Order: sequence, then C-alpha cells, then structure tokens
Amino acid sequence: MSASLTLVVLMAVLYGAGVYVMLERSLTRILIGFLLVGNATNLLIFLMSGRSGEAPIIDGTTQPADIVDPVPQVLMLTAIVINFGVTAFILALIYRSWWLSNLGDEGDDVTSDEEEMDAAEADEALVFHTNLEGDDDAVRAVLGEGADDDPDPEPSEQDRDVMR
Amino acid sequence: MNALVPLLVIIPLVGAAITLILGRYRRVQIAISVTALVAVTATAAVLLADVDRTGVPAVVEVGAWPPPFGIVLVVDRLAAIMVVVSALMLLGVLVFAVGQGIADRDRDTPVSIFHPTYLILAGGLFDAFIAGDLFNMYVGFEMLLAASYVLLTLGGTGSRIRAGVTYVVVSLVSSLLFLGAIALIYGATGTVTMALLSDRIRELPLDVQVILCAALLIGFAVKAAVFPLSFWLPDSYPTAPAPVTAVFAGLLTKVGVYAIIRTDKLLFFDVPLTVPLLIIGGLTMLVGILGALAQADVKRLLSFTLVSHIGYMIFGVAIGTELATGATIYYIVHHITVQTALFLVVGLIERVGRSTSITRLGGLLKKAPYVAILFFIGALNLGGIPPFSGFLGKIGLFEAGAASPSPLVYVLIGAGVITSLLTLYALMRVWNMAFWRPKEDVEGYESPLIESLQESPESTDGTAIGVATAVGTSKLMVGATTGLIALTLCLTVFAGPLFDLAQRAAGNVATPETYVDSVFPGGVPDSLSGGDAR
Repeated sequence: MSASLTLVVLMAVLYGAGVYVMLERSLTRILIGFLLVGNATNLLIFLMSGRSGEAPIIDGTTQPADIVDPVPQVLMLTAIVINFGVTAFILALIYRSWWLSNLGDEGDDVTSDEEEMDAAEADEALVFHTNLEGDDDAVRAVLGEGADDDPDPEPSEQDRDVMR
Repeated sequence: MNALVPLLVIIPLVGAAITLILGRYRRVQIAISVTALVAVTATAAVLLADVDRTGVPAVVEVGAWPPPFGIVLVVDRLAAIMVVVSALMLLGVLVFAVGQGIADRDRDTPVSIFHPTYLILAGGLFDAFIAGDLFNMYVGFEMLLAASYVLLTLGGTGSRIRAGVTYVVVSLVSSLLFLGAIALIYGATGTVTMALLSDRIRELPLDVQVILCAALLIGFAVKAAVFPLSFWLPDSYPTAPAPVTAVFAGLLTKVGVYAIIRTDKLLFFDVPLTVPLLIIGGLTMLVGILGALAQADVKRLLSFTLVSHIGYMIFGVAIGTELATGATIYYIVHHITVQTALFLVVGLIERVGRSTSITRLGGLLKKAPYVAILFFIGALNLGGIPPFSGFLGKIGLFEAGAASPSPLVYVLIGAGVITSLLTLYALMRVWNMAFWRPKEDVEGYESPLIESLQESPESTDGTAIGVATAVGTSKLMVGATTGLIALTLCLTVFAGPLFDLAQRAAGNVATPETYVDSVFPGGVPDSLSGGDAR
C-alpha cells in the first residue's frame, strides 16, 4: 500500500492540534478540536484507499486496475455528513450555555405583547408627569408666586386620565 | 421472513418523520409512536421465533447489492433477542413518558420533539443491533447518540446543558475512536463487512490483530461505561427526565456490550482477551459499587450500580466459553429490564416524595405502599436474591466461570459475590431510609449509615439537579412501571426456556461460521473482483 506522505503528515498535525485544543475548558475550543480531530479521522479513512488512481467510473475505457478504491470515499462522505450534524448540535449547545450563563433562567421569561405595551405606556406617563411638574414649577417661578397659591400641586384627576 | 428485517429500522424512522410533521397534534403523535413501537416489537418477536426455529440468521442485502459490496443486515438469535427486549423497554418507557406528560399537563416538556427523537433513538438502536458491517453499526451508533444528545438536554435547563456537554464530548471522542478503528481495519483487510472480516482478520499477524482489536474495544468500552472509561455516566444520566434516564440506563450501555461481544466472538476470536477483560471486569464491578455506596441520591446510586453490573457482563465475555456467553446474554436481558424498571420506580418516588435523596425522603411506605412494593421487588432482583432473575443470571455466570477454572476467575467470582452483596446493601439502605423510616424522623435523623453520603450537586437555586418539580402520578405511569416489574418477574418464572434460548444464541455466537455462511452462502470471496489494489 502506498500513500501520500503529505497527507500522513497533515493527518498527524491535525490529530495533534485537535487533541491539544480539545483539552481546553472552553466549549468553543472543544468544538474546534472536534472539527480538527474529525477531519484528521476523515483523512485517515481517505489514506486507507491506498495509491491514487482514476475516478471510479465504469465507462468502458477505464481499466479496473487503474481506478482508485471508492469505498473509503463513501465512508468519508458519510462521516462528514454525521460530523456536520453533530457540529450544528454543539453550536446550539454552546449558544444555549452562553445564553444561560449570561442571562440565567430569566432570559427565558417571555413577556407578552400586552405587558410590553403596558410597560411602554407607563414609561410615557412617567415622562409626561415629570414634564408636567417641571412646567408647573416654571410657571410658578415666572409668576413669582409661592407654592401656597397653587391649590393642587399634584396633577388633577383629569390630567391623570389624560396620562392613561 | 427476511422481508421483515428492514422493517425494524424503517418503522421507527417513518414514525419519526410523521410525528415530526404532526408536531402540533399531541394525541396523534402519541398514537403513532405507540403504534410504531408495538409494530416493531411484533416484527422482532416474529423474527426471533423464526430465526430460533431455523437456527440460521436472517440476512438481507440492502438494495440487492451482494456483500461485500453492499450493506447487509443480519439478524441472528443474539440480535433478535436484543431487539425484542429493547423494543419492549422502549414501549414501556414511552407509556410512562406519556403518563408523565398527562400528569404534568405539559407545563414544561416540549413534547413536540420528544416523540420523533425517541423514535430515531429506537431506529438507531435497532440498526446497530442488526448491522452486518462495521460502518453501518457506526451509523446506527451515531443515530442513537444524536437522538440521545437531544433527549438528554431536553428543555435546555442549566443543569441539563452542563451534564449534556460532558456526555456529548465523551460520546464524540468515543465515536471518533470507533471511526478511526474502522479506517484502520479497512486498511488492513480491505472490507468492513463483518462476515468477511471474520475470515480475513485471522490471516493478519497477531500483533496487528491486537492493535485493531484494542482500538475497537476502547471505543465500545466508553459507550458501555467500562472502568476506567465510566466516569462520565453517573454525572450525565441522572439529570435527564426520569423516562429518558430509564431508557439510557437500560439500553445505551448494553449496545456497547453487544458490540464488545460481536468484536470478541465474531471478529477477533484469535486475540487472547481473557486476562485483560477479567481484570477490567472485576475493577468495573468493585469501583462501580463502591461509588454507589457513597451516594445519597437514588438516581446517582442507581447509575453507579449500572456501571458496576456492566462488570458482570464483561466477566462473562472474558471467560469466553459457550456456557459463559449464554449466561452473559441472559444477564444482559435481565439487567436491561430490571435497571429500566428501577429507574422508572425512582421516577415515581421523586413525584411522590418530591426528592430523590435518601437523607430527605421518609415515610413512603405509608404514603405510597404500591410504589414501595415495586421498588422492593426491583431492588431484591438487582441485588441478586433468590429466586429472582438477578440471582439466576449471576449463578449462571459463576457456574460458567467455575467450569473453566483459573485463579483469576475465582477472584472474579469472589468480587462478583461481594458486588452483589454491596448492591443489596445500597438498595436496602434506600429502602430503610426512604420507605421504612417514618416521615417524622427525617428531621435531625442521625445514623452512621448515612453519615458520609454525597448529595447530588445542587443548582444555583438550591434544588438538587434533575429532580422534577412536578408532583403527582398518573395511572399510566404506575401501570408502565408495574408492567416492567412484571416483566422482570416473567424472566424469573420463564428462566428455564429463556436460558435455553440464550444458550442457543451463544451457540450461534460461538461458531462464527454460522454467521459467515449465512452472509456468504456460496463461500467467502477470496479477493474483491477487479483485483486487489493494494
């Protein structure tokens, strides 16, 4: 069995780097390590097809002895697809654990649209209220009168209704 | 009859597709997944009866491609037994899960993905059992693992994600080891079809055989939770919902054991594995059960006993005689059933007692006498008290060991007896604390028995990880648990015929020629047509 030395060296480097990164604590690095080791394994499968050769297509002109062994390529393709699916899952897992560590379980509490609207209205009312008081103070200052003359320092019932 | 073989994989997968599409209709989903599993159970039972009657494995060439070019599915007695038992377990646990969903009124279970994932798990499991080539077995493993990742992290709570990460990373590494081993085996022999490998591996030099065998076994040993590769199991299983834990505990590790049996008996029967496997088996038993003794949490305790009892199976595989293999198969069947049933009982306990820690549970005998009976039967069975199947399985293994005596085997028999007693001790302590002790005594209770117990790790809000907050049981949950406990009793009552069946299966396994001849009725091809490129 003859194999390309470049590929063997590449595989060894991928295995080494992958295992090294996989031993880190961070999930993202574990994922990168998994990808490297996974690709190293794919290369290992590929190397097992032996020498290179022609494409394994039987069209009447190729000699069976010249074509490359197609089975490892099939195995590799399946392994790539599986690795892809698992990678997607780990990415979701990483996102979820980031979400939980940053927002905690409260991050999951979904407020309904109505609650959000209510909260927004309350904010607006508060701003309006403060502005109103500010205006009153300004008017009083202009008139140069004390607060005594003001019969109702609080916004009237009517004003409140407007606020709502 | 052979036409039935692919159905074992097709039915669950089609069921998974339909339940995924109908994710919004819960009742339809339940109906479809129950129907699918009943159909698979029936198919598997028919296949088992047929394969057992003829004694010849049922072989299907997928897509009519003849082996070694195409994929073959092979159902021999061992595979058929495993499929029947797993299908029954999956069905029982599904009923339990449905009952639990009803009891919870769907408050915190995203059920729409539970059923499809569960069925894919089933499909992957059956595929791994009936695969006739190593690569298809790898695909089966990956299917069931991917489904198990989703089931373990169901709901995505903090503790489940944390446990899920350990489990996912460990499983990924073991899968890559398995895949690497397949690549090396292909490089050495030029095939992945097991029947052909059985013939060709013999022609390799012994040292190459040992390396290939070790690479394959390490991958399987991680999945089977064999010491020292079992560290991940007690941390990850107990956090999942009760039915999921039950399925994992009962079935997933046994797939690893099944693969080890196949590797040892069909592929690498020339490699002398007895001594290393005996040592590993003994250590698995003792270390596992010692871990169980230190646990206060019943789920963690059961996870440790699970690891320890894998040791018995490795012991059986190690002895290697036909008698021992038969006893191992019977023990696997017994252990799948009783372990699943016990985890379901714990699922009931956690809902009745609102905790799974024996330092906090008390007075359950009065509160839930029926659950107490179920637990008591299961515990005696797992502990190996006569006349239950746990006792019969262990006696079978010890007899097989004594029939091929060596000093190490006798040490192992001693270790097995000690493990059995310690299992009984651990479970009876649970019984004494959780069921026998009056509720009033729980506060300020002091006893040397529970002095140095390790509680399960707690999440940030102080509740133990993995304990369901919901309470209340439904009739379906109790019914499903009762059914599985009744099944363990059936294993005892019908032990004679079952043991004979296991022995016949072992006879199949012990003669790889039966397997090889059924896949290659015209004789094993010498080399691939088109010339061997290497």
